Amino acid sequence: MFGDYEAQRHWQEITINLPIKQWYFNGSDNNLQYWGLDYPPLTAYHSLLCAYVAKFINPDWIALHTSRGYESQAHKLFMRATVLIADLLIYIPAVVLYCCCLKEISTKKKIANALCILLYPGLILIDYGHFQYNSVSLGFALWGVLGVSYDWDLLGSLAFCLAINYKQMELYHSLPFFCFLLGKCFKKGLKGKGFVLLIKLACTVVASFILCWLPFFTEREQTLQVLRRLFPVDRGLFEDKVANIWCTFSVFLKIRDILPHHIQIMISFCFTFLSLLPTCIKLTLHPSPKGFKFTLVSCALSFFLFSFQVHEKSILLVSLPVCLVLREIPFMSTWFLLVSTFSMLPLLLKDELLMPSVVTVMAFFIACATSFSIFEKTSEEELQLKSFSISVRKYFPCFTFFPRIIRHLFLISVMTMVLLTLMTVTLDPPQKLPDLFSVLVCFVSCLNFLFFLVYFNIIIMWDSKNGRNQKKIN
Amino acid sequence: MAALGVATGGGDWFSALALGVTLLKCLLIPTYHSTDFEVHRNWLAITHSLPISQWYYEATSEWTLDYPPFFAWFEYALSHVAKYFDQEMLNVRNLNYSSSRTLLFQRFSVIFTDTLFVYAVHECCKCIDGKKAGRELTEKPKFILSVLLLWNFGLLIVDHIHFQYNGFLSGLMLLSIARLFQKRHKEGAFLFAVLLHFKHIYLYVAPAYGVYLLRSYCFTANKPDGSIRWNSFSFLRLISLGLIVFLVSALSLGPFLALNQLPQVFSRLFPFKRGLCHAYWAPNFWALYSALDKVLSIIGLELKFLDPSKIPKASMTSGLVQQFQHTVLPSVTPLATLICTLIAILPSIFCLWFKPQGPRGFLRCLILCALSSFMFGWHVHEKAILLAVLPMSLLSVGKAGDASIFLILTTTGHYSLFPLLFTAPELPIKILLMLLFTIYSVSSLKTLFRKEKPLFNWMETFYLLGLGPLEVFCEFVFPFTSWKLKYPFIPLLLTSVYCAVGITYAWFKLYVSVLTDPPVGKTKKQ
Repeated sequence: MFGDYEAQRHWQEITINLPIKQWYFNGSDNNLQYWGLDYPPLTAYHSLLCAYVAKFINPDWIALHTSRGYESQAHKLFMRATVLIADLLIYIPAVVLYCCCLKEISTKKKIANALCILLYPGLILIDYGHFQYNSVSLGFALWGVLGVSYDWDLLGSLAFCLAINYKQMELYHSLPFFCFLLGKCFKKGLKGKGFVLLIKLACTVVASFILCWLPFFTEREQTLQVLRRLFPVDRGLFEDKVANIWCTFSVFLKIRDILPHHIQIMISFCFTFLSLLPTCIKLTLHPSPKGFKFTLVSCALSFFLFSFQVHEKSILLVSLPVCLVLREIPFMSTWFLLVSTFSMLPLLLKDELLMPSVVTVMAFFIACATSFSIFEKTSEEELQLKSFSISVRKYFPCFTFFPRIIRHLFLISVMTMVLLTLMTVTLDPPQKLPDLFSVLVCFVSCLNFLFFLVYFNIIIMWDSKNGRNQKKIN
Repeated sequence: MAALGVATGGGDWFSALALGVTLLKCLLIPTYHSTDFEVHRNWLAITHSLPISQWYYEATSEWTLDYPPFFAWFEYALSHVAKYFDQEMLNVRNLNYSSSRTLLFQRFSVIFTDTLFVYAVHECCKCIDGKKAGRELTEKPKFILSVLLLWNFGLLIVDHIHFQYNGFLSGLMLLSIARLFQKRHKEGAFLFAVLLHFKHIYLYVAPAYGVYLLRSYCFTANKPDGSIRWNSFSFLRLISLGLIVFLVSALSLGPFLALNQLPQVFSRLFPFKRGLCHAYWAPNFWALYSALDKVLSIIGLELKFLDPSKIPKASMTSGLVQQFQHTVLPSVTPLATLICTLIAILPSIFCLWFKPQGPRGFLRCLILCALSSFMFGWHVHEKAILLAVLPMSLLSVGKAGDASIFLILTTTGHYSLFPLLFTAPELPIKILLMLLFTIYSVSSLKTLFRKEKPLFNWMETFYLLGLGPLEVFCEFVFPFTSWKLKYPFIPLLLTSVYCAVGITYAWFKLYVSVLTDPPVGKTKKQ
């Protein structure tokens, strides 16, 4: 089946055989309708590098025009190996370093944490089953998070710029980075060190962008064409079935057809920014590494739910920050990561990945359950809801059953997911509603994601100074 | 919720290991499978569609039934489940039929029957003492043994990729060993008799069982210095053992005796028309012998001692299973290999008789029998190394000396299985799994025995590390050189000879340690 695998192979063919100026343009040698390049230049450079290696081993794999649809066992091994090498060089070291730098836990728990993060089924299935290079952009973003959390701000922002220049979807993470760094500058005082830091950061960002886009800055037309390929605003609010608010809403009301184009863009813009504004403002005013990670989650989730032209694979952008907070809220994180994998079910079934999905999800669940003892960590304090429930109890004094509610919700959610999976696999959808199961999967996932959006926003907003003082007293 | 929490979060590491490896086996379902897949499909078809009288005569497919009757009954039982997956696979004429449902059924049947192996490992863990245990779970001998057995690399790739049913058969053997350790001798004997009628390759280790049961079970007591006390012989025990073996054999061969088909059955079970070496030489003594013969013949041709016209055309390394002659050294006949094997196992048998050391001594004799028959047997498959590797795991967590022998044997034995998986997609799998298993086994055993002298001397370390460059050469460098067309057999030859050196060394070292062990002071176990 021609899909992302053929797209990547085609990009290697294009980048090695054509000059840079023709990469993003429609031409006789480069038919943009057939898997045209629609990622930023760093992806193109990566494809070029892989193409050089492919040329050394077997030039037939990337011969212009004649290698379309090429499939052989050796070629498959090569392509899969490129994903593995990229993973080994960028993503896995970042995860290992992140776990090593965690404070106040034993080595064994650090290893268990790293194992759980690396076992996250969604990334493994999409990168190695469906075939993509998400580990590169997510890895760079993780290096960015590491740098910025441990005060290596310039290197962190450089890494994050590389991530954005690899896949434009990383822009989902850009606001938290911006707010966190801005907050740091404010804290250091805008008249002194803060201002210096701000200038340095701006220079780093600009320099890295210029470096990546250098061949495309020579002509205005080049830059514009690349931007047009990266942000196809001519397409609609959403494509295919995705666990997004708009797709779910369109089950009841076909907004895609009712409203004109620019209104759709405006609505989605407004909703996205309204939903992420509170957390971002809080991060700017009180920058802290912990708040930064949680804000990454809520921002990315807001973008996923309300933004334009979202693909179901974009949930990985939310899953990465959630993996980072696995240590702090193991129960909710594991639950979220399971739902995120489930939300991609239609895509995985299309790729015939049912058995690997089931196996990896089970392995991940068992790993998390044994490493973190998640079922014992459902008290209010463990769920970081203590301050919130104290505030609620001011108005409803008998409201003490948060943990119980959440446990019940978890059970319902898991049972629904298992049931839907079984139904999708065994039953045929009715004639009049051929997409019934995909829509149901999206609907259920969307409800779960909305719940998580509310939850993460609550945690961030109620993580007040009181909470921090209480921990110090304890 | 609490129960789930206990089950997942509690201390049941054994279940976690078993479940983890089962999940890995599920991931290996779509990998390459060898002709053994078709063999077993054919046997499902034969046992399901034909009456018993035809089972050992049917020859539509080239893969005729050549395992003893219990295995045929096993396939018959499986076929009744198979018919719900895909009826077509049970048709004898559907040669090479492998629909996706057939694949799923066969793979699941291997994974399911491995439950017996898991149970056997659980029983074996009870038999080793945990005196050396540290406080850490991962340093306990039971934990290390469970990982070495459940996640054994050789068993994983032979059973779940190449496709065979060694899991539950090894489980039967380990279970019978465990029963002997637990002094339940009659059950151990029964299990071994059953095992023999599942796969007759276990005849290799039958002498160890026979001598041990005779010496340590039929003779109920020893003199203070450990030698035999003739008047303690118990006829009752001997007869009960004989009765068990007789009843099992009657159950297995009885129907075929009634049909007068025993000669046919035996001719299927013991086909001696095949050659000394399998298509890919098993890394045993004869591999070294044949390599030496080849070297000498090349030297002889260069120095004009040999007449080129007298050299037979058939080359042992051309990859076909045929009969052939050696050129310089004397040719080897089946009888010669039998005599060599008998001579090789005799010292260990004598040790078991004259210096019985309880179940541990029995286990060492068993491993030596398995290894000796691997070294000198006729038409040995490289997969037979698993017969020695799996029981050796039990010894490896006991003494440092045994651990070092185990590591050499296992690493070279596992590496010698690489040519079984020659397809490109399996290359990363086999390398990664092998690295994982080897690194784990070496590091865990080194940690377990860190208070004693180091496990390897410099020569052994060098040899083991040499496996890396050998693999790189055979799989990555050689295919791009010009020798690939002229001498395509070189990687197989090199692998075979290099591993044969290691396995011979391990066999020799084990023999020396058995023969030089101080007698009977340690009858604590008895």
